[in-house]
Amino acid sequence: MIDLETAQPAPEPRLGSRNDIVRSHFSVRDLLSEATVALTARPARTLLTALGTILGVAALVATLGLAKTAGNQVVSRFNELEATRVLVEPQDRQQGRNNRQVSVIPFDAGDRLRRLNGVAAAGTKSEVGVDGLVRSVPVVDPLGQNEFQIPVLSVSPGIFDAVRATIETGRVFDDGHNERGDNVVVLGPGAARRLNITRVDNSPAIFIGDDSFAVIGILRDVEREPDMLNAIMVVDGYARERLSLFAPAEVHIEVEIGAADLIGTQAALALAPDSPDQLKVGLPSSPRGVRSGVQGDLNSLFLILGGVSLLVGAIGIANVTLVSVLERTGEIGLRRALGATRRHIAAQFLFESGALGALAGLIGTSVGILTVVAVSATKSWTPVLDSWLPFGAPILGAIIGLIAGTYPAWKASATEPISALRSGT
Amino acid sequence: MTASIADSGPPPPSNSTADIVVELDEVSREFPGNPPVRALDGASLAIQRGDYVAIIGPSGSGKSTLLHLLGLLDEPTHGVYRLDGIDTRDLTESDRAGLRSSRIGFVFQSFHLLGHRTTVENVMLAEVYRPGTRSTRRKRAEDALRQVGLGHRLDAYPTTLSGGERQRVAVARALVGEPSLLLADEPTGNLDSVTSAQILDLFDDLHHSGLTLAVITHDEDVSERAERKVRINDGTLTEVFR
Repeated sequence: MIDLETAQPAPEPRLGSRNDIVRSHFSVRDLLSEATVALTARPARTLLTALGTILGVAALVATLGLAKTAGNQVVSRFNELEATRVLVEPQDRQQGRNNRQVSVIPFDAGDRLRRLNGVAAAGTKSEVGVDGLVRSVPVVDPLGQNEFQIPVLSVSPGIFDAVRATIETGRVFDDGHNERGDNVVVLGPGAARRLNITRVDNSPAIFIGDDSFAVIGILRDVEREPDMLNAIMVVDGYARERLSLFAPAEVHIEVEIGAADLIGTQAALALAPDSPDQLKVGLPSSPRGVRSGVQGDLNSLFLILGGVSLLVGAIGIANVTLVSVLERTGEIGLRRALGATRRHIAAQFLFESGALGALAGLIGTSVGILTVVAVSATKSWTPVLDSWLPFGAPILGAIIGLIAGTYPAWKASATEPISALRSGT
Repeated sequence: MTASIADSGPPPPSNSTADIVVELDEVSREFPGNPPVRALDGASLAIQRGDYVAIIGPSGSGKSTLLHLLGLLDEPTHGVYRLDGIDTRDLTESDRAGLRSSRIGFVFQSFHLLGHRTTVENVMLAEVYRPGTRSTRRKRAEDALRQVGLGHRLDAYPTTLSGGERQRVAVARALVGEPSLLLADEPTGNLDSVTSAQILDLFDDLHHSGLTLAVITHDEDVSERAERKVRINDGTLTEVFR
């Protein structure tokens, strides 16, 4: 403790050894209060400096939040309908007039599948070609159009449940119709409108080509397979005998929620135990996939925008901090004279820009969350947010502030107190 | 232990060579260049505790170089500078900053008050880099302001003060913590003659209360008030005897 010059007890304690030196020190509390004073001295300027970062963070938070919210919404809307739908088709379906498809789907496909655990409903559907047009009256009226080209579908009785059809009036096919091959039809709402048939209690009849059919029911809506809306449906038993339908073209299955994968593995085997390879089982391309694809594109666009805006924000902070370093040259010199080391000066400016960034991050996060909530409110969505987002975003802001403040802080610490003190500010 | 003593009361009257506050021993300062500029050339100076020294010289004579050396804002290329007997060679930056903080009070020509802080907050800034002062900082700042006659303007902002008042705030800031040396650089340069006289009166008072003052100036009126006069010319110091 005692050096050579003061080996004897020092007559004057202020004199002498280096151990007497009280090193300068910049406490964390002082750092905090100095930075607070600096940031609040000009609030408008502080806010404008932070604006770029605020917008960037807000854009990021809003984008991520809205993506999550909308994604959640899309999933809940489509999930039930999609997850319960299984379609079985012949493999490598060949289309063509002369080359009729070779299908191994049996006519009792619906019955076979209903025995599987997890199947709620199943039925077959095939397009059939008919000769001649469709008309609703036996007499040809030369003045009005009363013959139409309307697609004809051959279906099994189970199809209506499998595609979630609702009935406007009348009834749909039963197994009796199917077994007997009755001349009965069910009309989709579009087809009924064209044929001008609105009720079935008066036993209306239509003609397909030269064969007459009794209309026993009209559908109101079909949740899947919208082609049924504009079609005339005849029963499989009739099409098999009279329209030479060799085999059904496709099987529609409504499964219990969660059973789709299981049924997917079992359906082909149940329908064609000897050649399950010839059947293709799967979910049709889902609207959700398309939608989330679009969403993904939008997301990345907005994330890029948010990133660019953050970059601009960081440059803004760096720029203004640098200007303020130049403005505060006198203050820097004064602080050096009052005992600040270069390190203390750098720490102060770095902390100021870091705090500014954190503040911007905080405000930006709030703006972003409010945006998500507002958009959700107008769309009646449930706002969903990743829990790390409100905490991560201010930290991101602070990191941006620190990075932006690095060069100005270094510049400030390199300021010569000598010239700074003479600068007169 | 000795560290806390450094902040103790005013020093006893000087009567021994051990009581030299500033001791320059053949100090030179060269600035690199082609050829190198020697702004201070073998300067020797001793300032006793309680001295009131004016350092005069025309511009370009090396005044500012001397100021920065004395204020520990710069280091000599040759020679030794002892402050309170402490050899300042080979000190770390933190040590030098500590010495500046605890033993030197600066007063500048352009005051260097921070505009967004009150008078008392400006004075409190003097102790921001001094450890362990936080809790009693405001009281000492207020005491220092009373000492310079500004006890009634504690919460005023610098923009509302006159030039003379601002310089007194700056003096109060330099006095907080009782430095060994008050180092003033053209303290009246921005003031009119009346307020200059007030500041010089204040310096006289401080001198009589035992403070050591070194005032760097080119103003003859200012240097006339000092006890000792040292002339600097072309980097050389000479004592002016009256």
